[in-house]
Amino acid sequence: MSQNKYWQSFGEVKSGESFRQQTQDEFREELPFEGFDGTLADAKAPRRDFLKYLGFSTAAATLAASCEIPVKKVIPYANKPENLIPGVAQYYATTYVQEGDVVPVLAKVRDGRPIKIEGNQLENSSFAHGGTSARVQASVLDLYDQHRLRYPQQKKGDSFQEVPTYEQLDKLIAEQMKAAGGTTVLLTSTLNSPSTQAIVNGFVGLKHVQYDAVSYSGLLLANEACGFGRQLPSYDFSKANVVVSLGADFLGTWLSPVEFAKGYTVGRKVDAKNPTMSKHYQFEGYLSLTGASADERFVHRPSQTGAVALALLAALNGGAVALSDAKLKAGVEKVAADLNKSKGKSLVVCGSNDKNIQVVVNAINQAIGAFGSTIDWSRPANYRKGIDSDMTALVEAMEAGQVGTLMIYGANPVYNYHDADRFAAALKKVKLTVSFNERMDETTEQCMFSVPAPHYLESWGDANPKAGVTCFQQPTIHPLFKTRPFQTSLLKWSGNDTDYDVYFKNYWNNQPGGEAAFNEGLQNGLKEEARAGSGAGSYSSAALAGATAALNAYAAVNGTEVVLYQKTSIGTGTGATNPWLQELPDGVSKATWDNYALMSMPMAKELLKLDLMHGTEKEINNYEFYPQKPVVKITMGKKEVELPVIVVPGMQSNTIAIAVGYGRGEKLGKTAAGVGQNAYVFSSFDGTTVSYQGSVTLADAGRKHKVATTQIHGTYDDRTEVVRETTLATLVKYPNTIPDYRNHLEEAYGKGSDTTDFRKNATLYGEHVQPGIKWGMNIDMNACYGCGACVVACNAENNVPVVGKSEVLRYHDMHWLRIDRYFVSDATDPNQLKGVVFQPMMCQHCDNAPCENVCPVAATNHSAEGINQMTYNRCIGTRYCANNCPFKVRRFNWADYTGADSFPNNRDQQVVGKLDPVVEQMNDDLTRMVLNPDVTVRSRGVIEKCSFCFQRLQAAKLEAKKQNRPLADGDAKTACQTACSANAIVFGNVHDKESEIAQVRTSNHSRSYYVLEQLHVLPNVSYLAKVRNTDELIEPQAHHVAVEEHAPAAGEKAPAHH
Amino acid sequence: MIHQHVLQRRFLVLLLSLFSLTSSLFAQDIAAGKALFMGKCASCHNVLKDGTGPALKGLEERHKWADHKELQAWINNPAAYMAKDPYTQGLKAKYGSMMTAFSEITLADVDNIVAYINDAAIVKVAAPGAGTSEPQGDQNAVIFGIISLVLGVIALILMQVNSNLKRLSDESNGVKTPAPIPFFRNKTNIALISIVFFVLGGYMVAKGAIGMGRQKDYQPEQPIYYSHKVHAGINQINCLYCHGSAWESKHAAIPSTNVCMNCHKAINTYEKGPKLFDEEGKEINGTAEIAKLYKYAGFDTSNPNQWDPSKAKPIEWVKIHNLPDHVYFNHAQHVRAGNVQCQSCHGEITDMHEVKQVAELSMGWCINCHRETKVNFNYDSTGGNKFYSLYEKFHDDLKSGKMDSVKVKDIGGLECQKCHY
Repeated sequence: MSQNKYWQSFGEVKSGESFRQQTQDEFREELPFEGFDGTLADAKAPRRDFLKYLGFSTAAATLAASCEIPVKKVIPYANKPENLIPGVAQYYATTYVQEGDVVPVLAKVRDGRPIKIEGNQLENSSFAHGGTSARVQASVLDLYDQHRLRYPQQKKGDSFQEVPTYEQLDKLIAEQMKAAGGTTVLLTSTLNSPSTQAIVNGFVGLKHVQYDAVSYSGLLLANEACGFGRQLPSYDFSKANVVVSLGADFLGTWLSPVEFAKGYTVGRKVDAKNPTMSKHYQFEGYLSLTGASADERFVHRPSQTGAVALALLAALNGGAVALSDAKLKAGVEKVAADLNKSKGKSLVVCGSNDKNIQVVVNAINQAIGAFGSTIDWSRPANYRKGIDSDMTALVEAMEAGQVGTLMIYGANPVYNYHDADRFAAALKKVKLTVSFNERMDETTEQCMFSVPAPHYLESWGDANPKAGVTCFQQPTIHPLFKTRPFQTSLLKWSGNDTDYDVYFKNYWNNQPGGEAAFNEGLQNGLKEEARAGSGAGSYSSAALAGATAALNAYAAVNGTEVVLYQKTSIGTGTGATNPWLQELPDGVSKATWDNYALMSMPMAKELLKLDLMHGTEKEINNYEFYPQKPVVKITMGKKEVELPVIVVPGMQSNTIAIAVGYGRGEKLGKTAAGVGQNAYVFSSFDGTTVSYQGSVTLADAGRKHKVATTQIHGTYDDRTEVVRETTLATLVKYPNTIPDYRNHLEEAYGKGSDTTDFRKNATLYGEHVQPGIKWGMNIDMNACYGCGACVVACNAENNVPVVGKSEVLRYHDMHWLRIDRYFVSDATDPNQLKGVVFQPMMCQHCDNAPCENVCPVAATNHSAEGINQMTYNRCIGTRYCANNCPFKVRRFNWADYTGADSFPNNRDQQVVGKLDPVVEQMNDDLTRMVLNPDVTVRSRGVIEKCSFCFQRLQAAKLEAKKQNRPLADGDAKTACQTACSANAIVFGNVHDKESEIAQVRTSNHSRSYYVLEQLHVLPNVSYLAKVRNTDELIEPQAHHVAVEEHAPAAGEKAPAHH
Repeated sequence: MIHQHVLQRRFLVLLLSLFSLTSSLFAQDIAAGKALFMGKCASCHNVLKDGTGPALKGLEERHKWADHKELQAWINNPAAYMAKDPYTQGLKAKYGSMMTAFSEITLADVDNIVAYINDAAIVKVAAPGAGTSEPQGDQNAVIFGIISLVLGVIALILMQVNSNLKRLSDESNGVKTPAPIPFFRNKTNIALISIVFFVLGGYMVAKGAIGMGRQKDYQPEQPIYYSHKVHAGINQINCLYCHGSAWESKHAAIPSTNVCMNCHKAINTYEKGPKLFDEEGKEINGTAEIAKLYKYAGFDTSNPNQWDPSKAKPIEWVKIHNLPDHVYFNHAQHVRAGNVQCQSCHGEITDMHEVKQVAELSMGWCINCHRETKVNFNYDSTGGNKFYSLYEKFHDDLKSGKMDSVKVKDIGGLECQKCHY
């Protein structure tokens, strides 16, 4: 068995050494002396100019600093609210609701401003588990978006004009609605608010159409055909020993990933004492985020999904598998055998929107006994309700002129409808069109009235994610703009003069339990009722025969296929206006600020002459090193899109994948405009449902486009020990591989020294003592799926700046926490992908930190609690520390990204050039309201990095002191830890032997390791090695590279003892 | 035997009466009463005037209050007392709010408070304030300066005379000497003087640069002449009564207008205290300053019951103690967890009419305190914080005598990231 290779880029897998040389410099830019070429005297800026600059800058600095100190005012409240203390944060339970997604959250409010979103972790709750997603974390920034619509507007000619008051607006609408006649239609994304539903029901003559940007109507219709009604079940991944996904990205974007990741993780935690874990198979056409975490993946054409589903059903029933691809056939047989072995404890999910496929998947789930165990019909879910044919019918009615008034909330069909032009044309035939959307999106632009609704953090509201669970929203800030809840508009326009706020309260006060239950629900954020009976009907196989026949009749596709997917950051397109989300690197491609075509290695070779397996070193290195990526022209019928290509392993050879949500309208603002291309053009309607895949033809466009990817920004100089991955079989057979490695290191370092303490040995520097607390973190790589929620949470908590695409391209990205992606393959064939490892990487807070020794001004040093401190006001920007950091986690402020400099507007200057408009947007007074007042905003020229959320630790300690008690485990939690829905991150005081962090390190000895232990930097972050549940056996290697020669190691210290 | 018994009993009686005498002597402790009154009662009650609650002058003549036990019962639990007492029900109806319960007040406390009230009810004429003495230091410096200057000039003249005499004697002896160089062209002198200027200049520049942005002795004029001396000094109002957030939060926070009005609904004139002067020596009319507060609060003294607190406007005070953005300071940590007195950093605030920044608020100043201040690790007996039980090693060292005390610096008080993050 050949050794597995762990690699981050093709340059590394093929030509490690030369590629490493190309990327090894932490800072590869020359010092920014303009025109400094040739000798000093000939230079354009010779010595005299230098002296002039020096003199001027000294004088300017003196002048700026010696100006009179401004008088500061301190303005107290006139009447201080009873329970508000300035400077102390309060947490309000509310609910993130967007396009049917429901996540219970807590909003952290500091002095009247919500500044951070936390998951709502409620004891004994079946729904509030405390996790969040990247989009949930970023939603607080949306509140302060300068591009939000601020008042009601009416279109006059080509432009919008403000309607001064809502009274006038209501009058105008009433008149026009009357004049318009016809039907009145409310078009929304999935609406799961009970009180709003009641308002809609009470609006006489109102027709309600629900439309989802990415539709699940195939699943809804299939469930109806199988006797469960037109609804979705609750999936319980925690009960599944075998999880099979047919193209469903359930850890990233499919239905309710926050909830699913939580359940899925239950089966993924493993240790040597109890070496069992769930088995996850993924069948898909491209490398999805969920596929990346699968134990075994099988690739097939997107058009083959139905065939795979049928084959699996046949195999489960002992029939023959009719698939020509031998590998796929073997895979299906293996999966079927596994599923049969764990009947009642397995689950098959499918991401297709094809009703027939979903009918077959229901039959599979029936065959493996999933209904009643892992699929729960007693709590039908309301995440998605849109039925594609309803929308088609609506468009037809609009075209026929039957629709008099169309009101739109939360839907954006002009952008994301499969036939957007047709919708836009039909919209023009409607006499009165009103949009309640928060931004001037593509659809709102085409409407006659814009009546913006407030952000969810400004609103009252409710949501009913599944039967028996009601989540509540409460406002956490007074509305920033003159917005009005769309429900109030509906109420007024239907002749009811109540405001939604009042209506909402009355509605819930009159529900069973009354005001007391409502208030309790508001306080908790949600209210739960006992399960309502055993379920909604039972399985019927009536539709199976028809579906099978239909699937068998599908024509085979031979050419290239495209499949559309969502990123965890942008989603269906709602994240596109959010700078944090645009700058969040995608889990698999690690690209920011763009969408692109994910392409397989064989296709790249054939189409672009880019051979990443056998090409020349230079060719491969250039593809990986330079941001210019080849552009292809993708054609489907008359639709044509040009996109750059990112090559990833593990793709089906003839399939490309494109993320939706990009290519947005100019009016959405500086963040969204001009980023990527709209991929919804490749979706199509097949008569029943919308399909997000299809046949395309590709051509090399012959040009290049810069894509800002981040994976090669920090390299480890081929130190592959940074990531550890094994298989379950190996873990069982060799549970001591990692402990043995450490023992070996201890021996090697102990050679010639008279102490046996590994920590004290082999260092020139004294040991840091921690008399009280010692903070430590542990990251379980088995529970990291690369979704990026932690990265966004870190941005929000620590005022991490957004730098824009141009700066990411120059390796100037500022994220304190990055998620490194490693492909695992055979050393010889990178395309035979065995798995992907996601490794969250932040400052390791080394006890023997290499950065501390090299700082000339001692701006980074060690604390008595084991934290590697970074003092911004002391830093003079030599960047020696970043250079000396083996993990490349230190970030340098190349420009004044945050407006913190003492010189005003010091952002654009010669050194960095012009910054992207998004940096300007983040420096807007409104946007800056999101900043955490407890964390310094860094100015230009200083290094910054992960601080273990020091402000949170200090706050936790102070709270304990206020209550006159010792610190309890769980008092102090970092932002990344609370953001994670899979509890991958554990943090606490390692000196407390009872703490979770101490327990997790001792109890999981066979998986616990520190990165680059051989450097003897003694990190305070430990990792649990990733375990793939396969039978592959990886033989342990000899420790021939155990002690690196250039470490200030035994060699230097040992002689002193002789 | 009988005699003995009688004797013993007499002795006992004597002892008891002696004891009660001393205890009743203590019971008349006006000072203790004042402290209690200021701490607990003064926010609602005035001795002479009605406030949020009634004026307390002549308290003992009203209702059953001559019996201090009754009074104590009322103070300890007003709700329970009022339930069967029509007089206090009437009070609530009249003043519109229920009295706050002070369950910790003992009978002796009540005696003290009443003693203070009776004492304070006899209006005393305030003694005229003593004039301020002129500082002497500056004059001395001037005199010394003049003396040194005169001595310097004399020395210079003598040196000139000396060199002239020497030249004359040389000439008379026939020794040829070069033409005289005036002292200002003497290279030694020039070198000496430039060195002195360089050192002096460097010192001044460095000192000036370090002092940039520091505001020691900053004493801006505030929108209202608010005297801390009158409030916190003479009337002994607890700092935390107004700056309550210092107990909970990083900010000490300026009290909101409604907190001022708690007392000033009743106190609408400034009469008894010392005369007030601003920095220029101009006399301040205290009553007029209170009227300024009323303007902000929207309070009409002629019609106090119609006051609507929600119409109050905030007062724009000038912030005196400013820290740079990159410094994190938390009041609760110092005041509550660290038991640091407000005066340690803010100076004798009880003697200041207008507040002035006393401390330098420089990093060296902070650090010095962290170096020297001891942390109370003794949480068993002397009220140290139980949080510090985490520091097992230090507790062991204290027990074994290896350490005599734990200072703030020992638990990380000198680390950069304690204040900069």
